Amino acid sequence: MTSAPMSDNSPIVHAIFGRLTLESLPLNEPIVVGTFIVVALGGLALLGAITYFKLWGYLWREWFTSVDHKRIGIMYLVLGIVMLLRGFSDAIMMRLQQSIAFGGSQGYLDSHHYDQIFTAHGVIMIFFVAMPLVTGLMNFIVPLQIGARDVSFPFLNNFSFWMTAAGAVIVMMSLFIGEFARTGWLAYPPLSNIGYSPDVGVDYYIWALQVAGVGTLLSGVNLICTIVKMRAPGMTMMKMPIFTWTALCTNILIVAAFPVLTAVLALLSLDRYVGTNFFTNDFGGNPMMYVNLIWIWGHPEVYILILPVFGIFSEVTATFSRKRLFGYTSMVYATVVITVLSYLVWLHHFFTMGSGASVNSFFGITTMIISIPTGAKMFNWLFTMYRGRIRFELPMMWTLAFMLTFIIGGMTGVLLAVPPADFVLHNSLFLVAHFHNVIIGGVLFGLFAGISYWFPKAFGFKLDPFWGKLSFWFWVVGFYFAFMPLYVLGLMGVTRRLRVFDDPALQIWFVIAAFGAVLIALGILFFLIQIAVSIRRRESLRDTTGDPWDGRTLEWATASPPPDYNFAFTPVVHDNDAWWDMKNRGYTRPESGFKAILMPRNTGTGVILAGLSVALAFGLIWYIWWLAAVSFAGLLAVAIGHTFNYARDFRIPAETILATETARTRLLAAEVTR
Amino acid sequence: MSDTALTTPQGAPLFHLADEHEHAEGGSTALGFWIYLMSDCLIFAILFATFGVLGGSYAAGPSPKDLFDLPLVALNTSMLLLSSITYGFAMLAMQRGRTGQVQAWLAVTALFGLAFLSIELYEFAHMIHEGATPQRSAFLSSFFTLVGTHGLHVTFGLIWLVTLMVQVKKRGLIAANQRRLSCLSMFWHFLDVIWIGVFTFVYLMGMLR
Repeated sequence: MTSAPMSDNSPIVHAIFGRLTLESLPLNEPIVVGTFIVVALGGLALLGAITYFKLWGYLWREWFTSVDHKRIGIMYLVLGIVMLLRGFSDAIMMRLQQSIAFGGSQGYLDSHHYDQIFTAHGVIMIFFVAMPLVTGLMNFIVPLQIGARDVSFPFLNNFSFWMTAAGAVIVMMSLFIGEFARTGWLAYPPLSNIGYSPDVGVDYYIWALQVAGVGTLLSGVNLICTIVKMRAPGMTMMKMPIFTWTALCTNILIVAAFPVLTAVLALLSLDRYVGTNFFTNDFGGNPMMYVNLIWIWGHPEVYILILPVFGIFSEVTATFSRKRLFGYTSMVYATVVITVLSYLVWLHHFFTMGSGASVNSFFGITTMIISIPTGAKMFNWLFTMYRGRIRFELPMMWTLAFMLTFIIGGMTGVLLAVPPADFVLHNSLFLVAHFHNVIIGGVLFGLFAGISYWFPKAFGFKLDPFWGKLSFWFWVVGFYFAFMPLYVLGLMGVTRRLRVFDDPALQIWFVIAAFGAVLIALGILFFLIQIAVSIRRRESLRDTTGDPWDGRTLEWATASPPPDYNFAFTPVVHDNDAWWDMKNRGYTRPESGFKAILMPRNTGTGVILAGLSVALAFGLIWYIWWLAAVSFAGLLAVAIGHTFNYARDFRIPAETILATETARTRLLAAEVTR
Repeated sequence: MSDTALTTPQGAPLFHLADEHEHAEGGSTALGFWIYLMSDCLIFAILFATFGVLGGSYAAGPSPKDLFDLPLVALNTSMLLLSSITYGFAMLAMQRGRTGQVQAWLAVTALFGLAFLSIELYEFAHMIHEGATPQRSAFLSSFFTLVGTHGLHVTFGLIWLVTLMVQVKKRGLIAANQRRLSCLSMFWHFLDVIWIGVFTFVYLMGMLR
C-alpha cells in the first residue's frame, strides 16, 4: 500500500492518525476556510439555540429515536432540503467559474477544486437530495394511503434514515478534512484507482455511498413488505392508490439495484485497499466492467427517482381536476413495464465503448421503447385534466410545468438513444442539459408538487401560496435560462466538466446559464421564505378538516397532522379512490368504541449504529486502523445487544385515543358551524 | 385480508373495522427476510459475473489446474452440506418444542460450519504461500473475493448462531426466537445453495478450463 508523504514520519503518530495530518486541513484555501467559518458559525448558532431553548431532550425523544414513519419521513425531507443547499452551492460555483473562465482567464477555481465540486454536486444531488426527498415522501405517505399504522419494520426504518444521514455526514466531512473525489460522480477507474487517485477523495466517496446504501436498501425491503402485507382490508393490488403503486415499483427497483452498487464499490475498494486487479489496466483487470456494473445500478436508479414522482403527479392531477384518474390500469401497467425495462437499457450510457452495432442497436431500441409507457402516462394525465374542474393550486402548477418541461427532456433522451447521434453528443453539454431537464423538470418539480400537496397533512397548515408561486416561477424560468443554453453548446460540441474555454464566442451562452442559476437560487430562497412565512401565518393557513384539497385517497381520511396511530379504526376499502368513495357514500366518522392500539417503542439504537458507521468510515478513509477495528467491534456489539431487547411494543390506552378523537370531533364540528 | 367481510350483514358498505385483532409483531418478517436474501443473492450474482468475465485472466500466473485440490474442496463441501442437514434437524426439534435438542443440533451445525471455515482458510493460506495471492491476477482477485465473501457470510452466520443459542437458553423457544431461528435457517440454506454454485462454477468448471 502506498502512503502519502507525512509531515511526521514517526510510526506511533502514523499508527494513531493514519494518513491524517495537519496538512489535510485545507487551511490555506480561502474559499474552503470561508465556507467552514460560515458553516461553523451557523452550526454553533443552531446548537446554541437548541441548548438555550432546552430542545435536546425533545429532539432526542420525539424525533431522533422515533420509529414513527411520519416523523422519519419528515426527517428525510429536512435532510434532503439541507443537502439541496450544499449541492446547489456547488452548482452555482460551477456556473460562475464557467461564465468567467474565458480569454486566458483561469476563473477563480483551480482544477483541483473544480473537479471536486462537479463530483460532489452530482453525488450530493442524487444520493443526498433526490433520494432522501423521494424516500421521505414514500415513508410519510405510503402507510397512510394503505390505511396502516406504521411500516412493517419500524426500528429498521429509523436505522435506515440514520444510515442515510451518516452518508451525508461523511460527504460533508470531506469538505473540511481532506478532500472529495475528483473523478466525476460515478468514479470510473482507472482514474479512481489508487495509482491515479492516491488521496482520500475516492475513499470518502466509496464509504459515504456504502453507508448510505445500507439505509436505502433496508428502507426498500421495509416499504415492499409494508405495501405487500399491511394494506387495509379490501385494498386489492388494483385498488392501491397510484402513488403506492409507484412506491412499490421503486422499492423493488431499489432492492434489485442497490446490491449491484454495493458489490461494485466493494470491488473498487478492494482494488484501492488490497491491491487486487478487478479494474486495473494490467494483470488482467478490466475497467470497462466497472462501467457496465455501475450503470446496471445507475440506470434503474434514474427510475427509482422518477417513478414515485410520476405517482405524485397522478395524485395531484386527479385531485385538482376533481376527477378519477384516467386509465388507472394502464398507469399501473406502464409503471410495471418501466420497472422491467429499466434493467435493459444500461449500455446506452456508453455506446462509445465499442460493443459493436448489434449490441448498440439492442440497447438503443430498448431505450426508445421506454418512451412508450412514459408517453402513455403523459396522455393519462392529459385525459384526466380533460373536462376536469381544474384548480390552479401550487401542486397543480408544478405538475403542468413538469408536463411541458419533461416532454422536452424526454425527446432529447430519445434523440440520445440513437447510437449514431450519441457518438456525436456523448459526454457533451447536450447530455448534461438532457439529464438536468428530466431530473429538475421531472424529479424536482414533482418533489415540490408533492411537498406543497402533502405539507398540510404533515403539519396541519397549508403552505403560503404567494411565496410558493414566486418560488415556482423563479424555478421554472431559471431552469430554462440555465439549461437551454447547454443544449446549444452541446450541439456545438462543447464537452462536459471543462474548467476553462478558449473560444470567446461561447461565453455568452455560459453567462445566460449563470443568470438562470441565479434565478434558481432565488427560487430556492423563496421556497425557504415560503416555509418561514407559512409557519408564522400558520393560524390563518390552518387545516382543521384533515382534507384541505378535497382529496381522494386514505391519507386525507385522518386528521392533519395524523395522530401517532394514524387511524383509530382500520379503514375498509371498496374503491381505488377510497376516501372519495367514503365521502360519497355517507361515511360517518366513529366517535366511540375505541380500543387500545399496539405501537412500536422508540429506540436510540439507530442513531448509535449510524454514529459508529461514521467512525468506521472515517477510520477506513484515513487508514486509522485502530479506529476502524474498534468501531466495527462496537457496531457488532450494539447490533447484537439490540436483539436482546424483546420488549419492542407498548399500548396506547383506549382513553388516550378517545381524548384525541374527541378533540378532533370538536374541531370538525367547529369547521361545520363556521 | 380478503377473508374479512366488507359489508354489514344488511349489505351496507363497511368503512372501518370496529373489531380487529391486534397484529402481532413480526408478521412481515419472513417476507422481509426473503427479500433481503434475494438482494444478497444479487451481490453474489455480481461476484459470479465478475468471476465469469475475469476467471480466465491469469496474467501469466497460476491457473485453476495449478491451484485447486478437488478432494479437499469435496471434503469442504460435505462439511457445509452436513451443516445444512443438522440445521434442518434443529428446526424439526424446534417444531416439537424440544429446547435441548435444538441447542444440541445448533452446536453440531456450528462445529460443521467451523470445520468448513477452517478448511477454507487452510486452502487460502496454502495458495497465498505458493504465491497465488489475490493481487497476482484478475482471476485470483475474483476467486478470492467470491469465495471469501461466501466465507464471510458463513462467519456472520456463526456469530448469529451463537447469539441465538444464548437467546434460546435465556428465553426458550418463544415465538420471537422461533422466528429468528427460521430466519437463520433460510440464511444458512441460502449459503449452501450459493456454495453449490461456487463449487460447480469456480472449482469444477475451473478444472475444465
